[in-house]
Amino acid sequence: MTGTPRIIYCHCQYAQVVPAEVKEAVLRKLAESRVAFDAVADLCEMSARQDPSLKRLADGGSVKIAACFPRAVKWLFHTAKADLPLDAAEVLNMRTLNAETVCDGLFNGAVNPNLPRGKVAASDAPKTDPLPETA
Amino acid sequence: MSLTAATTLRVVLYEGADAEPLDNADRFSALTALLEKGYSVTRAVADGRVAPHERGSLLVLGKFVGGGRLAAEGVSAGTTVRFQDITGFNTNRISEVVESTRAELGAVKHGEWKPWFPVIDYDRCTNCMQCLSFCLFGVYGVDEQNKIQAQSHDNCKTNCPACSRVCPEAAIMFPKYKAGPINGDVVQASDLGKEKMKVDISALLGGDVYSALRARSSQAKERFSKERDDKKALAERQKCLTKLAQSGDIPMEVLMSLPSPEEIQRRAEEAKAKAQAARALQPN
Repeated sequence: MTGTPRIIYCHCQYAQVVPAEVKEAVLRKLAESRVAFDAVADLCEMSARQDPSLKRLADGGSVKIAACFPRAVKWLFHTAKADLPLDAAEVLNMRTLNAETVCDGLFNGAVNPNLPRGKVAASDAPKTDPLPETA
Repeated sequence: MSLTAATTLRVVLYEGADAEPLDNADRFSALTALLEKGYSVTRAVADGRVAPHERGSLLVLGKFVGGGRLAAEGVSAGTTVRFQDITGFNTNRISEVVESTRAELGAVKHGEWKPWFPVIDYDRCTNCMQCLSFCLFGVYGVDEQNKIQAQSHDNCKTNCPACSRVCPEAAIMFPKYKAGPINGDVVQASDLGKEKMKVDISALLGGDVYSALRARSSQAKERFSKERDDKKALAERQKCLTKLAQSGDIPMEVLMSLPSPEEIQRRAEEAKAKAQAARALQPN
């Protein structure tokens, strides 16, 4: 996959599930950057309404999406008949990551595809060393 | 309401050739205001990559240099493109211009409905039809291949994740829900174990949710007919349903908005029949 990945930002406008400070900080960083991006008010609404705009957002190669859980984002696009490219889409989860981590992911230029493929469970996650016990 | 045939408006904040960049604070303020009103906004800069435009209307906002006439490139025929010089505009003025353009073009207005609806993870879904058989509000149906799908999103009851709780594969998500895996988080083995909880609830209520509702409503109805007091009747119904609401994480307002016991029975039978018919058509 070549070329700079596109960036999509979801404002999750119609619920308070994404921490406001994370959304605001990510949008501010995007606004202060020199990069082009697509910002949408709410991917859920677009999906529910089968908004054809999702098709153009999904098409066009590699993409990084600042939104929520990758599994949810994958199937929100699918619901609108606009499947994301499994090998070229990375979702940065603003519900669980801090703004700095999300922005690092958006601006680093490399796509680390992370949409689930198949029936993924927690046991499929990469094994990591346990954290050292604290006193 | 599907937007497949509706006019949509995409706002472009243009900062490419022949336009001056906005101040950072102004750009952030304009983006925030437009997103909060439900618009999709593209920030376009020289050599930047954004999604292409295929259909619908475009409103291009920019601090255009020299007042020259701009032309849109790469948009399909039939696309309406408007340009608006925003030099000297504050955020409120930008919002007003966008809103008046939307109204003039007859483009859809966003944000009139909280997007609460089931999103199916087809990697996990086994097409068992439990959701179809469970939902009293006709949200689910099957497509031409007899595959389950959420069809009537508007019928879904806001903040009610009940159907996801009856899914044996944890395949139903509500992305705006507070907790995983219903919100789309990774499914843990223990989440599948929660199916036991559903069975327990079912047993607790004496069969299934619908029969429990019917039984409780019948009992309440008997009392209501004796008491003939609407306020007491409402209070009793609330009391009866509180436990069910707590057990199944179903908002009380959803339970309170359920139709009469007869109607519940009719809808439950209708939903079950639809599910049975769909299952009967599945290949063995």
